[in-house]
Amino acid sequence: MSNEKKKEMIKVNHVSMQFNLSSDGTDNLKEYFIKFITGKKIDRKEFWALTDVDFTLYKGERLGLLGLNGAGKSTLLKIIAGVYKPTQGKVVRKGVIAPLLELGAGFEKEYTARENVYLYGAVLGYSREFLEEKFDDIIEFAGLWEFVDVPIKNYSSGMKSRLGFSICTAVEPEVLILDEVLSVGDRKFRKKSEGRVQNLIAKGCTVLFVSHNLEQVERICDKAMILDHGKMIAYGDVDEVAPVYKEMTE
Amino acid sequence: MKKAIQNALKHRFLLKELVIKGIRLKYRRSYLGILWSLIEPLMTTAVLVVVFGTLLGKGDGSFPVYIIAARLMYSFFSGATKNAAKSVRKNAQMVKKVYVPKYLYPTSSVIFYFIIYIISLLALVAVMVFSRVAPTLYIWQIIPALILIFFITLGVSMILSVLMVFFRDVEYLWNVCTMMIMYMCAIFYPVEKIMESKWAFTLKLNPVYCAIDIFRGGVLGYMAESWDYMYAGVFAAAAMVIGIIFFKSKQDDFVMHL
Repeated sequence: MSNEKKKEMIKVNHVSMQFNLSSDGTDNLKEYFIKFITGKKIDRKEFWALTDVDFTLYKGERLGLLGLNGAGKSTLLKIIAGVYKPTQGKVVRKGVIAPLLELGAGFEKEYTARENVYLYGAVLGYSREFLEEKFDDIIEFAGLWEFVDVPIKNYSSGMKSRLGFSICTAVEPEVLILDEVLSVGDRKFRKKSEGRVQNLIAKGCTVLFVSHNLEQVERICDKAMILDHGKMIAYGDVDEVAPVYKEMTE
Repeated sequence: MKKAIQNALKHRFLLKELVIKGIRLKYRRSYLGILWSLIEPLMTTAVLVVVFGTLLGKGDGSFPVYIIAARLMYSFFSGATKNAAKSVRKNAQMVKKVYVPKYLYPTSSVIFYFIIYIISLLALVAVMVFSRVAPTLYIWQIIPALILIFFITLGVSMILSVLMVFFRDVEYLWNVCTMMIMYMCAIFYPVEKIMESKWAFTLKLNPVYCAIDIFRGGVLGYMAESWDYMYAGVFAAAAMVIGIIFFKSKQDDFVMHL
């Protein structure tokens, strides 16, 4: 057991992330050219969203990311999911990762739910056979049989999130990345989705979880981290870190 | 290289889904659906034949074939490059939120247009039958012509899609460029006169024209000049190499500019 527990799933190695908040937002040739000949410098406001974040997540650990708005939590998750490439440092990932960042970001609104299952599934890297096999489960869990052949553009945002959640968790991931997604849908679906996450955890899934709901973090996670202005100011067991965060926010 | 191929295999299904998406959405709301890819070139060719056939007094029976062969290839090139140029920007929501190898966006656009192009070649067959132009032994030339135009288009598309992320107005600039390329393709006028004049270079240095000439050689039964093969081949290879290197070096910055 102790041997298996030591298996590294995600290794975040001294990661820093810098954004250029160019105040003028030059995105066309004309402006660029004018600035070039008038010699006006293109303003570059640099901003470090993350500085030197370093931790390792072992198999079966559930890490809750805490921090105020703009602390860099979502940036960190996006780096781990591979959407951003860090400015410095490196991330090593192992196993099947299910990133539940913004549900339904890969949906095509002209497509029906049926078509989107295949499209979004392909985006997440699943195979056609796998999706065919899981198709009924996916629609069943999302509770969308009635609207399976209706274009997504006619869906409510709750319905879209339900479908997104259902597709993402159809696979049994080894690492689950959750960004506030357990607050989607109605109360009934929230309970159902949390149940599914608990189920995956019971099977030994590693979890990265962002939420402003401290109670939910305490319920799901065993480890916690506090980010403040891009710096990791606390990392440890959730019972130790949660009181620190509570104090911070009060 | 080996890793790149492995990666491409891994994302085969996604690539296929993206290509299908393009085709499905293009024809979803139209009554005749994919038939439009045949009707539209036939109709425009008819117009061009009447206008330029009368204007230039080209009585030659093969003139419709001459026109449609070039027009189909040119519209593949312009349609695919225009669409692929916008592909990364159009999928901004996806680029910002899920990890997808980014080269799939322009690549799927080009493949989607290529499939439509291949289907639309049926219209060419119809025109050949109508004009009584029989295929000859030179027909094999259409294969290299198709391969060359595919890679020319893909390479150019990669470069354009990167530029579009950083400079929005590349779209308008490219519209003007494709118009210029169209006039440099000799779609609806005979090439002999130009080839004898000092303007011959406008055709010879246009890789799209070179591919068109090879293709025309295939359907109309003559051997295209070796210059066409050489120039189009070198251009396709260079565009692909530059496109891949350029795309690779810039793809991590996309997300910051969308």
